[in-house]
Amino acid sequence: MSGGGGKDRIAVFPSRMAQTLMKTRLKGAQKGHSLLKKKADALNLRFRDILKKIVENKVLMGEVMKEAAFSLAEAKFTAGDFSHTVIQNVSQAQYRVRMKKENVVGVLLPVFDAYQDGPDAYDLTGLGKGGANIARLKKNYNKAIELLVELATLQTCFITLDEAIKVTNRRVNAIEHVIIPRIENTLTYIVTELDEMEREEFFRMKKIQANKKKLKEQEAAQRAVCFSNSKPYINFFQLEGPPADEDEGHSENQAPRNLLASEEDNLPVLFN
Amino acid sequence: MASAVKGKILAVIGDEDTVVGFLLGGVGELNKARKPNYLIVDKQTTVQEIEDAFKGFCARDDVAIILINQHIAEMIRYAVDQHTQSIPAVLEIPSKEAPYDPSKDSILNRARGLFNPEDFR
Repeated sequence: MSGGGGKDRIAVFPSRMAQTLMKTRLKGAQKGHSLLKKKADALNLRFRDILKKIVENKVLMGEVMKEAAFSLAEAKFTAGDFSHTVIQNVSQAQYRVRMKKENVVGVLLPVFDAYQDGPDAYDLTGLGKGGANIARLKKNYNKAIELLVELATLQTCFITLDEAIKVTNRRVNAIEHVIIPRIENTLTYIVTELDEMEREEFFRMKKIQANKKKLKEQEAAQRAVCFSNSKPYINFFQLEGPPADEDEGHSENQAPRNLLASEEDNLPVLFN
Repeated sequence: MASAVKGKILAVIGDEDTVVGFLLGGVGELNKARKPNYLIVDKQTTVQEIEDAFKGFCARDDVAIILINQHIAEMIRYAVDQHTQSIPAVLEIPSKEAPYDPSKDSILNRARGLFNPEDFR
């Protein structure tokens, strides 16, 4: 009856104030739920977009890497084995990436931006022979790096978005399946409790009324008994007044009247 | 601090040809401690060395992207799968001997788990 029954609800005292409070909270939860749902939708849209691009780029990457590896083989064929000179000449990275942030409905996505900086450490490689092939090889690998940086951007976005979507979905579900039902339970509990209190109040009022009535009746009855036992006539006549004796011209009525009259007559006698 | 101003770098783990190619492309760097940002994996390289190098690159704050050959990533798959942060991004690339196999990519596997029907569009 009182909305208990092991149901999950917030521990509040069932009052009108708590009811308004719960109503506001319910409204807030519903608003938050719809907003979060919108956020999740926006993230999902972006997520699918990125996923599509990743799949495309991975396929493209396979081709670009194949081309790059092939040009490396060509260059090795013409210029001999230059790998040792390359490995030994490493000093400062020419290719670097800048980190930028992109904002998608409040989720910061890292974006890599590749740029070339500093001198080419290998401009003398292949000076003797196979220079053209090595130049092509460099170009191919530059292309591959650019593509890979783009792919890395997509991949980081993918991971970040994945995490964000999971969190958002968790929140949406928590609000939908835990918070809103709990508030609703509390509301129904408050309403039933208030109804019961109202009924109790009504019953109490009725009871008081009945008690009063009973008391009054009792009093009246007692009074009536009192009157009839002790001096009923005097009181009766005092209450009824003069017209009463005109209506009831009994012999009993006459007696006190006579007595009184005699008393009144007596008074002057006493003084005299 | 200096790396933040200068921009982050890429790290490469791969066989000799892959690494040489990327070094020619201009990603190689030796830091102040003369530590390279690449690892050449040959027949003598142990799995432990690869894993240490991978974890070392993951821990470096100037590395933004780690390029790793897919057949090498296979060797340290558990370490690659453990790496779940977005930065540095781990990219599996095909090598000369082993063509690219999308079914082994840890990222694509996660994607497939999420969106099965979309993958075959």
